[in-house]
Amino acid sequence: MRSAFPFSAIVGQEEMKLALLIASVDPSVGGVLVFGDRGTGKSTAVRALAALLPQMRVNDGCRYHCDPAADNIWCEACREHGKTAPIKPRLAPVPVVDLPLGATEDRIVGALDLERALVQGVKAFEPGLLARAHRGFLYIDEVNLLEDHLVDLLIDVAASGENVVEREGLSIRHPARFVLVGSGNPEEGELRPQLIDRFGLAVEVSTPSELGSRVEVVRRRDAYERDPVTFAEKWKKQEDRLRRQLVAARARLPGVAVPDATVEQAARLCMMLGTDGLRGELTLIRAARALASLEGDAAVDDAHLRRIAPAALRHRLRRNPLDEAVATTRVERAMAELFGAGAPG
Amino acid sequence: MNAPAAPGLLAATSPWADAALAAALFAVDPAGTAGVWLRALAGPVRDRWLGLLRELLPAGDALRRVPLHISDDRLLGGLDLSATLRAGRPVAQRGILAEADGGVVVLAMAERLSSSMCARLSRVLDVGEIALERDGIGQRIPARIGMVALDEGLTAEERPCSGLTDRLAFHLDLGDVATGDMVSPLHGEGDIVAARIRLGEVTASGDVYETLCGTAQALGIASIRAPLLALRVARAAASLAGRPEITTQDAAIAARLVFARRATILPTHTDPDDDKDPSPPPEEADPPPDGAPKPAEEQAESSDVGQSMTDMVLAAVQASMPADLLSQLRLANGGPARAQTSGRAGQVRQSQLHGRPIGASRGELGAGARLHIIETLKAASPWQTLRRREAGTGDYAGDARRIQVRLDDFRIVRFKQRIGTTTIFAVDASGSAALARLAETKGAVELLLADCYVRRDRVALVAFRGQGAELLLAPTNSLVRAKRSLAGLPGGGGTPLAAGIDAAGALADAVRRSGQTPVIAVMTDGRANIARDGSAGRARAEEDAMLASKRLREAGFTTLLVDTSPRPNPVARHLAAEMRARYLPLPYADAARISAAVRVAGAAKAP
Repeated sequence: MRSAFPFSAIVGQEEMKLALLIASVDPSVGGVLVFGDRGTGKSTAVRALAALLPQMRVNDGCRYHCDPAADNIWCEACREHGKTAPIKPRLAPVPVVDLPLGATEDRIVGALDLERALVQGVKAFEPGLLARAHRGFLYIDEVNLLEDHLVDLLIDVAASGENVVEREGLSIRHPARFVLVGSGNPEEGELRPQLIDRFGLAVEVSTPSELGSRVEVVRRRDAYERDPVTFAEKWKKQEDRLRRQLVAARARLPGVAVPDATVEQAARLCMMLGTDGLRGELTLIRAARALASLEGDAAVDDAHLRRIAPAALRHRLRRNPLDEAVATTRVERAMAELFGAGAPG
Repeated sequence: MNAPAAPGLLAATSPWADAALAAALFAVDPAGTAGVWLRALAGPVRDRWLGLLRELLPAGDALRRVPLHISDDRLLGGLDLSATLRAGRPVAQRGILAEADGGVVVLAMAERLSSSMCARLSRVLDVGEIALERDGIGQRIPARIGMVALDEGLTAEERPCSGLTDRLAFHLDLGDVATGDMVSPLHGEGDIVAARIRLGEVTASGDVYETLCGTAQALGIASIRAPLLALRVARAAASLAGRPEITTQDAAIAARLVFARRATILPTHTDPDDDKDPSPPPEEADPPPDGAPKPAEEQAESSDVGQSMTDMVLAAVQASMPADLLSQLRLANGGPARAQTSGRAGQVRQSQLHGRPIGASRGELGAGARLHIIETLKAASPWQTLRRREAGTGDYAGDARRIQVRLDDFRIVRFKQRIGTTTIFAVDASGSAALARLAETKGAVELLLADCYVRRDRVALVAFRGQGAELLLAPTNSLVRAKRSLAGLPGGGGTPLAAGIDAAGALADAVRRSGQTPVIAVMTDGRANIARDGSAGRARAEEDAMLASKRLREAGFTTLLVDTSPRPNPVARHLAAEMRARYLPLPYADAARISAAVRVAGAAKAP
């Protein structure tokens, strides 16, 4: 596998990059849905994210890479093991798992290990993609083309954070908490509302229209393809800086204050837009907090809300499911009304 | 090898010469240039081109054909069941794409490829490997391939998914090539082999990047992949000609082969009558319409060298643009001629009971599901050893002939269903329209209704007048009811056009969600004077109507706008462009023509 295109070398697409970074700072924000034109580097960004993310601590020997610090959601093996002896932690890369179209159900949820069944006649569980994505990202390109029965499966697991497999008398449950990242083109089919709801943030990407940045896209892409290693070295400094920013933001996150006034503003915005339930508000607050943390601010203010509100809310406006672009305008209009017409911070 | 006295940049080249050159450049770098979209009917010309490609590809390079309805097992790979059972351990089989690694695959009848198939192929083109997650096998298999998409589409709507064609560098149309045009090729296998060796060392100056991006922009090509692909083609061209650096000539060749058929606007309208006239384009492109990329200031700032290079390349592209495309672009008067994508995902419904079988999935029996016996046995067979051993003490012990099938093995058949069309008529019943031609409009709609009835389509009727829009008739098959509600349609009042379009859009959305394909026919004179909120005022109302139209376009509905004003109204035409609708002025359109247009619009969307 050649080295990935560096995240910081992606030209433009600020909203998409920001959404991915926010989801990395606080996975509880929920997934990221990226919709837009062809060839805008949707897949490139997600694959670049994998290389950017700092390593995480996992229980040594655990096949679901359980978090040493979160023993309440450990898998059964870790729990059993943890009773008798302390488990050693080790560092592992954050998984960014690609769910290709054409994947079969058994590979996604996991199934009996065919090799061991055939060769040794032993029943053993072979974890699937959901297990591999635990504590990381599950990326589905062209998510709107995913087969219905696979979508059902994802909707269920993404909500419960747990994967349950019942097969051949085997009964396995393991934690599967991942950030769902979907990309696609709305012209090629709609997403089910239930699946859309699993995404915390929705961003739109479009091809850069300004010649200067288009030339830069082509130039960097060409340089990367001709010599990925040298290109990665050239961007190493920026990548390292971004990584440090990410690590600092995660450490800072619990301490970022959310003033009552900001919570009220968020609630008011959601009410004005008629978003369903509390999920919109919750995502908005969490995303704004992650944004504040990412930028080194001690508290969330209106400026943070304003910047992230379109991404957090545009796909939640149920009243008018016609399209996203108008939803964006509606969010902006509501914000202008609520915060005054001043320029967004 | 390309002679030094190659034809000048602006010389008109024959389609066949271009196609032969494309074959050579593709053979130099199949994976880099990704492929060829070859639009031609099956016949000697297409065969000759494929034969040429075969001759050019160095010996040992795979050239595999992918049939249209190939299963994922054969395309991507999977478990080789018979080998697995024989060997007693899992044996993977490689798919065609993996087998063609380093070579070329030919996609037969690419215009019929489904979106999901296109997505699989696109992914392989993007990453150069297959992510196999099937049947207990998880592997990454290299597949650096180029593709030739054979497109036998007859109409403009019949073509491969734009997601796939966007990734293929060369867009060729061999429709006009006569057998006599096919001169012998300039290059041979030896040239290709030599060019491949040099390819990695070809350098590109900064001007080349700017030239290719600037040319693409001047032609209204939005996708950023186009200049990137052109760059690779230019590199292949330089390498084939034995040049160490990409020159203006290489850039012109690349731009011609990659951009000519992608253009959506003409950079100049002062261009005299016909297409083969290489008149130099003016300094700057015409202001493109809304939404199209605007020429950036950088273009003016860039060095004179870069600018003149862009001009030359641009002229070369224009000189080689096919006549039909040129006239089409001129007709559109700068409006992006982007055709509707042929994404068909929403147009077929998966069902458990009806339609064409498309495969099997794990599932419970009951609720009318049909068991897929072969797939079920296939699913059960790998586990037989294990199950026998497990049941070793039971009654079945020793009976090796009996296959043990369990609940988990059941596979049910999935079907793909062809779905019907619902035509939504949004009729302007305002005063202005009523005075002029409400009666004629009604006549046209009635004819359409009759036609819909014959085709078993459903129809719905939305009328807008006065303060808002009203759903007169929910989607129905009943011709009688439709006629009655139409006859009772009163006229008069203001024109709440935005409300009418919104209502039609909302209904179309509901129709789509229910699994049918919506087609919207808006019949209006375009003279909106009531805004969304019900207030009167022409400016605000027209603005709202434009916004509503834009939403229809973004939702991707198939739309038709019938201009009912006495004389074609530019506003109505603009509206149609905004919703990317087919525009039909009623003075020139009798009911029969409108009906035919609806039929075409519906057929384009059906699978």
